[in-house]
Amino acid sequence: MEAAGGQAGRQVELTQAPEAPPSGPPRRSWWRDEAGEPVRRNLGLVVVLAALFGIGAVTKPDLYSDGGWVVDNIFTILKQASAIGVITVGVTFVIIGGGIDLSVGAIVALAGVWSTTVATQEYGAGGMIFTALVVGLGVGLVNGVLIAYGRLVPFIATLAMLVAARGLAAQISNKQTQVSTNSVINGIASRDVLGIPELVIILAVVVAAGWVLLNRTTFGRRTVAVGGNPEAARLAGINVRLHTVLLYALSGLCCGIGAIMLTAQATSAQAAMANLYELDAIAAAIIGGTLLSGGRGTIIGALFGVLVFSTITNLFAINNLSTEVQNMVKGGIIVAAVLVQQVQFKSMSQFLSRNQIIARSKS
Amino acid sequence: MAHAGSDLTRRRLLLGSAAVGAGALLTACTSNEKETPNTAQTGANQAGANASPGKRVVIGFSAPAQDHGWIAAITNNAKAQAATYSDVELKTVEAGADAAAQRAALATLLAQKPDIIVVLPHDGKELNSFGLEAMQAGVPVVNLDRAFPDALAYRLQIKGDNYGMGVAAANFIAAQMKAKGVSNPIIAEIAGIDSLELTQERTKGFNDTLAQHGMRVANRRAAEFTIDSGQREAANLLQALPKIDALWNHDDDQGVGVLAAINQANRKEFIMVGGAGSKAAIEAIQADNTVLKATVTYSPSMASSAISLARLIAQGRGMSDLAELQVPKEIILASETVTKENASAYLPLGF
Repeated sequence: MEAAGGQAGRQVELTQAPEAPPSGPPRRSWWRDEAGEPVRRNLGLVVVLAALFGIGAVTKPDLYSDGGWVVDNIFTILKQASAIGVITVGVTFVIIGGGIDLSVGAIVALAGVWSTTVATQEYGAGGMIFTALVVGLGVGLVNGVLIAYGRLVPFIATLAMLVAARGLAAQISNKQTQVSTNSVINGIASRDVLGIPELVIILAVVVAAGWVLLNRTTFGRRTVAVGGNPEAARLAGINVRLHTVLLYALSGLCCGIGAIMLTAQATSAQAAMANLYELDAIAAAIIGGTLLSGGRGTIIGALFGVLVFSTITNLFAINNLSTEVQNMVKGGIIVAAVLVQQVQFKSMSQFLSRNQIIARSKS
Repeated sequence: MAHAGSDLTRRRLLLGSAAVGAGALLTACTSNEKETPNTAQTGANQAGANASPGKRVVIGFSAPAQDHGWIAAITNNAKAQAATYSDVELKTVEAGADAAAQRAALATLLAQKPDIIVVLPHDGKELNSFGLEAMQAGVPVVNLDRAFPDALAYRLQIKGDNYGMGVAAANFIAAQMKAKGVSNPIIAEIAGIDSLELTQERTKGFNDTLAQHGMRVANRRAAEFTIDSGQREAANLLQALPKIDALWNHDDDQGVGVLAAINQANRKEFIMVGGAGSKAAIEAIQADNTVLKATVTYSPSMASSAISLARLIAQGRGMSDLAELQVPKEIILASETVTKENASAYLPLGF
């Protein structure tokens, strides 16, 4: 009874958007239903964000009482979340597809450095963007081919790429900081369109595209299938290897976009940039409800995960607290988020359905 | 089926040639040739008794692999300085990736019996034993920047002054604030990697000196010496303080990101002081079109001086301007303040 319900819920989760309340055959309220779980998860993260905002308002009332400052600060948080947010979208796809990508930070550094060399900058903004995207995509493809056709464990393959890509970035840049003199690129970080910073618009577009790709296309459904059970996916006629290659290529492409955004923000690139971004991206995906073993996850959740981290950094800066405490809190939040998701929601829905069974058997 | 097959082949061919084309385009883009080669800093050794050629000496040199622009400048400076002397032969050995690799490299160097060894160790404590060994073998050791704990392990130690950087930055800020008549200035600080001793020393010097002037740091953030961490911490710091009077950023390399964040936030109401003395920072100070008004040096020119002094030690000569007949045992460089007025003099020292 319970198992069957879980299975049905799983299927709905595969075909349904996380936001849309489940339709179709009559069922229990969405809150108790498995299909509503991603929504509940995201609501939980919204509560966390609201709580963080509340803490800020209580600790620094002088700043938060100024409406203009609050809007400005929200945009600051969003801008700081933009590059890592785009990267996290790619990582989320890889994790849902049953893999892991530890090389994203290194790919960002390589794409950033490659697109800011003197030779590339001569081609202008178009050449720089093209270079960043192609380098990101290319490195992602190499990752994918090594994993899908070379049968390397994703952890090892992307770990090797982490080392190698940073090495190549250091080689190209000769360990120097390469300043971007291109005003179009640098302007990405300072221009607004209709009052919204361009960085935030890029983030929104990538998140929206990622959501559509995951929830409204065969590619997305295949990703979930490959991550959930690769053997079943293969038997169902999905080219699992090719799909794996595409997933890592997608992650690499996101890194290319992120590299341009980060280069614009810092008006420069260097081999040491985007340090440990892989861990931030994975952590954000996980607290957003993505299953590390694959087969489940949401783009919106990952975005909220990134926003939570970005807001914490901002909150600690505003309250002038040390980076050490901030990192400890970050670690705590990762553990707490996973615990809450596993224990509370799982057991709550089980508890509710069990009560129902008991109630039914009694009546 | 056959049709589908040929279609696929064509698609693959197209994809393949596109990939090769993109690759060819991109490899052309890795060139950084326009960048002017690092102008090495060689001490002026035209006049003075020390310049006159003496006994021919072989100087061994070892510094870690270039992991930072600053280390690259150290190696370049040492080579360039050695080249200015007709009586010096420089033998450099790759220091490898860590202290163990450097110890092995130094052992082979020692076996070649140079007259003196100049070493910038990976870690002063870990290579202390090498210093002792070389000194016992009769080869004097010049320690560059990262001190050996044991005084018997070196003949000369020459290093920069992290505490002094903080002092210099605080003194400059205090003077500027007094000149502007700001009585209770809001001072912010963006440090480097917080767990490093050098960062703590810099911050201590800054705080101690500010306290003497009756000032204190309002907000402090620690970045990671990288441009993007500098941008991130600066962007958040600027949100925390809607009005700032002065900002000290420990490192000019991460300062590129800090300046970017300041420009993006459109903030101009404060003065900024940098650290280390990169060429980009000194140029910006000279141009005087940003908030960056000064930087306090931690100059890799110390490598040039180390080579000069090593030559004198090996030749048994003292520094001609000093009364002593031998080179002193310890030299700590003063952290100098580069401002618009003296920027042109310091520009050749920028790395």
